[in-house]
Amino acid sequence: MISRRAILKAGGAGAAALAMRPWPSLAANAPGVTDTEIKIGQTMPYSGPASAYGVIGRTEAAYFKMINEQGGVNGRKINLISLDDGYSPPKTVEQIRRLVEQEQVAFTFNTLGTAPNSAIRDYLNENKVPQLFVSTGASKFGDYKHYPWTMGYNPSYQTEARIYAKHIQSTKPNAKIGVLYQNDDFGKDYLIGLKDVFGDKYGAMVVKEASYETSEPTVDSQIIDLQSSGADTFLIAATPKFAAQALRKAYDVGWKPLEYLTNVSYSVGAVLKPAGLEKCVGALTGAYGKEPTDPTWKDDPGIAGWREFMNKYMAGASQTDNNIVYGYGAAITMVQVLKQCGADLSRERIMKEAANLKDFEVPVLLPGMKLNTSPTNYNPIRQMQLAKFDGQSWVLFGDLIQA
Amino acid sequence: MSLASAAAMPIEMRARWFAIAVVLVAAVALPFVTSGYQTFQLSQVVVYAVALLGLNLLTGVNGQISLGHGAFFAIGGYAAAILIVKLHVPYAFAIPIAGVVCFVAGFLFGLPALRLGGLYLALATFALAMATPQLLKFKAFDAYTGGVQGLLLTKPQAPLGLPLTRDQWLYLLCLAFAAPLFWAASNLVHSRIGRALIAIRDHPIAAETMGVDAALYKTTTFGVSAAYTGVAGALMSLIVGFVSPDSFGLFLSLSFVVGIVVGGLASIPGVVVGAVFIEFIPNIADSIADVFGESAKAMPWAIYGLLLILIMYAAPSGAAGAGRKLVAAVARLRRA
Repeated sequence: MISRRAILKAGGAGAAALAMRPWPSLAANAPGVTDTEIKIGQTMPYSGPASAYGVIGRTEAAYFKMINEQGGVNGRKINLISLDDGYSPPKTVEQIRRLVEQEQVAFTFNTLGTAPNSAIRDYLNENKVPQLFVSTGASKFGDYKHYPWTMGYNPSYQTEARIYAKHIQSTKPNAKIGVLYQNDDFGKDYLIGLKDVFGDKYGAMVVKEASYETSEPTVDSQIIDLQSSGADTFLIAATPKFAAQALRKAYDVGWKPLEYLTNVSYSVGAVLKPAGLEKCVGALTGAYGKEPTDPTWKDDPGIAGWREFMNKYMAGASQTDNNIVYGYGAAITMVQVLKQCGADLSRERIMKEAANLKDFEVPVLLPGMKLNTSPTNYNPIRQMQLAKFDGQSWVLFGDLIQA
Repeated sequence: MSLASAAAMPIEMRARWFAIAVVLVAAVALPFVTSGYQTFQLSQVVVYAVALLGLNLLTGVNGQISLGHGAFFAIGGYAAAILIVKLHVPYAFAIPIAGVVCFVAGFLFGLPALRLGGLYLALATFALAMATPQLLKFKAFDAYTGGVQGLLLTKPQAPLGLPLTRDQWLYLLCLAFAAPLFWAASNLVHSRIGRALIAIRDHPIAAETMGVDAALYKTTTFGVSAAYTGVAGALMSLIVGFVSPDSFGLFLSLSFVVGIVVGGLASIPGVVVGAVFIEFIPNIADSIADVFGESAKAMPWAIYGLLLILIMYAAPSGAAGAGRKLVAAVARLRRA
C-alpha cells in the first residue's frame, strides 16, 4: 500500500518538474524519478541456498554503472538498489516494501526466484508498481490479464517444452516419448508445454511420465521404468544433479533414446562432464543465449562487447558464468525500455513501453533472436534454437523455433 | 534490609503494572506514527516475539533444546493458510485452530523427545527443521499445500469499517493475539507449574523426588511451546500473505535460537529484544555492508556474525541478564 505521503510526494515532484520544465508533462513521473536519476529496485539471493544467482544483481548494477558513466538514459542516471532476500519469500516481501515505500523506487526489475516473485506479485499489482522482467522461467509470470504490472523475461519452461514438442512433431511424428520431471512447478511446466502442442495426441505420444523428488538420492529406478516403457525419445526436465544421473544411467543400461535436455541443465562443466561426455553425445537442448565459452562466438561483436564490459566493470568475475551473460542481457533490455519512455517516466508509461518491445535484439542472445512484447504478450523471449552435443560442446543447428 | 524491601514491594508492584500499561499503550499507538512499511516490520517483530516466547518456554524455562521450531512455525503458517484458502474459515478462527494443531503436533513430538536429552534432542529437532520444507513439497499434499508454488492469502481489511489501513489492522491483530499469550506465559512461569518446569530443567531427579510428573510436564510444555510458535506462524502467513516451503528454511529455526539467547534465556520481556534483533539486525548489517560498496554484497552475514559475537561478549546472559545487572548496579549506587 502506498501511503498518502508517497502520493503527495510524487505529485509534488511532478508539479516541481512542471514548474521547471518549459514543456508541459501530463502524467506525473513515478516516485524515484528526478531530473537526474531513476531509482529502481530488486531483491536477489545474495545469501542462502540460491546465492549462486546473486552475481546477476551485481552484473546489472555494474552495467547500469557503465551506462551512467556514458551519460545515463535521456540524461538520467540509473540507481539500482539491490537488496538481499536470502531466497526467503517473507524477506522478499519486507525488502520490496522497503524499496517501494521507503526508498521510493520507480519500479522493480529482474527480482529473482519463483517463490519470491509470487509473494510480491499481488502487492506490486495492487499498488501499480511495475514488476519488470522477473528472473524466473515459471510460466505464470506472463499473465497480463490478471497481473498487468508483472512481466516475465526468461523463455518460460513451458515455452521451452513447446519448442521441443514442435521439433519432435516435425522430425519424429511417431515418437514414443518418456519424460523425467522434477515434481514441482518447474518440472510440471514441461508437461504442460508438451500438452499445449500435442493436444489430444498427448496420450499417444507420451508413453511414460516419471517424476522424482529433490530429496531422492538418485533417479536410477525412474530411468529403468522409462526404458521398459519402450520410449525412444527422452525429455529430461531435471535440475543439474539429476540430469547428470539420468544421462549416465540411460547410457549405462543400454537405453539409446533421442534425448532432449532442459536448458536449465545444459552446462557442460556441471552436468555433462559428471555424467561422462561420451555418454551425452547426440543429446539436444534449446538455447537462447550465446555461451561465452563456445568458440563460435570468438569474434562475435556481442560477446566482444560483453568481454569489454567484463574487463572494465566486473574485473575478477568469471568470464564463463552464463548467469553474468544473462544479467547483462536483462540490463540491456531494461535500458531499452527506459530509452523508449523518453521524458515521460510515469509508471503507466514505463509499463506501456515494457509491453512495447518491437523486434529488439540483445547482443548476447543468439543471432536473429528478437524480443517482442505487447499488451497481450508478456513473455519477451519466445524463440530458441536447438543445439546438439558433439562430445565436446553444443553445436547449434537448424533455425530459430518460435513457440 | 528485608523490612525495607518488604515495604517497597507494593511500590515495585505498582511500578511494574505502570510499566506494562505504558508498554501496551505505546504498542497500540505505534502504528499510527509509523509508515506502512514500518508497521509491517513491527507486525513481524510481534510475530517473532510470540514465536520466541514459545521457544523460550521450552528451552529457557524447561531446558529442552529445540533447533527445529521453524517446523512448528511452518505447520502453524500452513494450517492457517489451508484453513483460510482451501476451507474458507474466517481468519480470526483459523489462527487459534492453527495453534491447536501445533499443540497436538508438539505434544506428539514431545513423546519420543522424552527419551532424548540435551544435545540429542537438539539434533532430533534439527532434523525436523531440515525435513519440513521437503515434506511441504510432498506430492500427496499438493492439493492442500500448493506444492512448491505455495499458497497466496488475501490480506484482510479492517472490519466494521474501522478507519485503519490494512497494515495497521494486521499489526493490531497480531498485538491482540500476542498480549494474552504473553500474559498467560507470565502467569504460567510464575505459578506452581512454572516452578515445576524450572525444577525439571535444573535438577530432574530432585524434581521427580518432589513428586513432579516430569514426563507429563515435558510433553505438555512441548505442546504449549509449539502452539505459541504455531500461532506466530499463522499470524506471519497472514501479514505476509503468502506461504511456500522456501519461507521456512533451516535458517529460520536457527534465528529463533539466536533470538532467545540474545533476549535472555527464560526471560519473558527478553523475547521482545530477541525479536527486534532478528528482525532488524540483518537489515542493519546489510546497510553497514553497503558502506563497503558493491563488492561487499556477500558480507552482511559476516557483519551479522560479528555483531552477534560482540553482543554475546558484552551481555553473555542476553538482554535480560544485562537488564538485571543494570538494575543491580543502580541499586548499589543508590545504597552507596
